[in-house]
Amino acid sequence: MAATSPSRVSASDTAGIDVTGAEALDWFKKMSLIRRFEERAEEAYGQGKIGGFLHLYIGEEAVAVGAMAALRPDDDVITHYRDHGYVLARGVEPKRVMAELYGKATGLSKGKGGSMHMADVKRHVWGGYAIVGGHIPLATGLALANQYRKLPHVVACFFGEGATNIGTFFAGLNLAAVWKLALVAIVENNRYGMGTAFERVSAVSDVYKKACAFDIPAEQIDGNDVLAVRDAVHRMVERSRAGGGPQLIEAMTYRFRGHSMGDPQRYRTKEEVEEAKARDPIVRWRRTVLTSGLAAKTDLEKIRDEVEAEVEEAVRFAENSPAPDPSELCSDVLVSE
Amino acid sequence: MSQKTYRDAIREALREEMLRDERVLIMGEEVGVWGGTYAVTRGFYSEFGDKRILDTPIAEEAIVGTAVGAAMGGLRPVAELMTINFALVAMDQIVNNAAKIHYMFGSQVRVPLVIRAPAGWGQLAATHSQSFEAWFAHLPGLIVVMPGTPYDAKGLLKTAIRSDNPVMFIEHARLYGVKGEVPDEEYTLPIGVSDVKRPGRDVTIVSYSRMLHVALGAAEELATAGIECEVIDLRTLRPLDMAPVYASVEKTHRAVIVEEDWTTCGMGAEIAARIGRDRFESLDAPVERMGQVDVPMPYAKNLEELMFPDEKSVAEKVRDMVA
Ligand SMILES: Cc1ncc(C[n+]2csc(CCOP(=O)(O)OP(=O)(O)O)c2C)c(N)n1
Repeated sequence: MAATSPSRVSASDTAGIDVTGAEALDWFKKMSLIRRFEERAEEAYGQGKIGGFLHLYIGEEAVAVGAMAALRPDDDVITHYRDHGYVLARGVEPKRVMAELYGKATGLSKGKGGSMHMADVKRHVWGGYAIVGGHIPLATGLALANQYRKLPHVVACFFGEGATNIGTFFAGLNLAAVWKLALVAIVENNRYGMGTAFERVSAVSDVYKKACAFDIPAEQIDGNDVLAVRDAVHRMVERSRAGGGPQLIEAMTYRFRGHSMGDPQRYRTKEEVEEAKARDPIVRWRRTVLTSGLAAKTDLEKIRDEVEAEVEEAVRFAENSPAPDPSELCSDVLVSE
Repeated sequence: MSQKTYRDAIREALREEMLRDERVLIMGEEVGVWGGTYAVTRGFYSEFGDKRILDTPIAEEAIVGTAVGAAMGGLRPVAELMTINFALVAMDQIVNNAAKIHYMFGSQVRVPLVIRAPAGWGQLAATHSQSFEAWFAHLPGLIVVMPGTPYDAKGLLKTAIRSDNPVMFIEHARLYGVKGEVPDEEYTLPIGVSDVKRPGRDVTIVSYSRMLHVALGAAEELATAGIECEVIDLRTLRPLDMAPVYASVEKTHRAVIVEEDWTTCGMGAEIAARIGRDRFESLDAPVERMGQVDVPMPYAKNLEELMFPDEKSVAEKVRDMVA
């Protein structure tokens, strides 16, 4: 399909598997890690050890893992607040993410940010942002800095479909297109912004079609197929890096949990959720890996045990870490000069 | 009279005004199918239908801008912002349109609009724990109401909806479950009238919204030590009714303002300046201000707990003032 106009690319689990056994296991491990990590975070929330908002990524793991697999380690990443998956997929130590959720001094943001504000700048992760759409112009700005400084990095900007009706989406991507910046917008379409079904409030409910407002390439892909995500992001990122300007990917997915903790989920049926769970990205990848002979069952079992141990270690670390010193309250408001 | 929550009081005000005037409609994120993020509009979607309860996309500039336009066009919209933090996205519509249009066009146009939004916090971190009431109160052309009790919330919201002016109606997420006496019969309360919530002779505590309850708690505790505080609830931050504050300071000769917002350039600064100018002779001590620590809100619970004045710190401040 023409790369210059928005298109819908259908992906399937069996289409030309171009992945090594090591990659296959790495992706399985990262998706499993995100899943298990968040299940434990959910438990800790129930015990009152984590507070505030906790937006779980469960069900959407293939998007973060597939995308990070396509990005270079020095490409820039900036995300919305449903952000645990991105940092874990990027390779951030789970214990530092868990410690942040616990509000501990050893957390990624020293306990000052919490669930919605994970950043690890040395890994080019510029943070999770909680005002819907607020970070999209920041992605444009990061890409401008890369272009200006002649750096070969592409900016990957993640957000939900709910963020595509706010002004910053249009203003940010328009400018990125005008300046032909190296930026890939990765829209996770999980069909609901809180309890609002997207089609109820969006005149155009296929997000990829909105790219025509900026005349940039766009694709709609199966976001529960980690390989399809990797391939699409790879295509888009390299095209952008080569001077093709910004690109947009709409990854179709579904969140298995509520919007945040304590969402009664009156806006969707149990059947719909169950049906979506049948497309669980981890189960699917496991099946693909096994049927294609990329790895053996024992490899996957070993990984499951490793993940379990890593997550337990993360919880222990978070539990045993100190709370921030009260003196931290008034530190870092401005850079001291 | 019956005991009702702040949430139910607000819901009743909305419902009564919807029934009374079909020009009233509600628009915002999650106000319909979800029933309101804080359950204020629960049941409205089935009662009033999707022509009067409008679920919107996440686009506060469009929520408020559309509401301003609809108000200009003869409706009486109540725009709900999920939290006051998101008012920032709509700031241009609030400041340059809602608050200016009547004046700028030589009174040809009216904007009978209410923007409801809750302040609040609870480990929500820096961008989701703000209230900004002083920013709104800074604006000529806007009315700013910030009620602390169910009774005041209901009576003032009804008046706000009937007003021909734009009203910023700032609720507090931590008050929704608080109960108080609310009349069973219809009533309204005037905008721009401060209220003495507890009489006293020793120190004047000026407050509003959630901090009103902190002030009342501190006053209760101080009373056991023989220190009688007069607690004044501003209820409306613009226009500001200083008369009860002045009358109180003439009696007590001491005042402290307790707010939840940052104190720098805040409501307390305005009130202190007015007391200083108009009741300088009455004062026996400098007017004091208490509010949140002058930093962005941290996520960690132990740090968040250091952010706000509480009953203990307010009582301590008052003791210092009378010592
Ligand atoms: C400007 C703004 N308005 C409202 C909110 C409250 N809010 C937080 S998340 C959310 C839904 C976002 O949906 P989407 O962008 O699709 O992402 P998802 O949560 O589905 O991952 C809303 C309305 C906000 N954070 N920022």
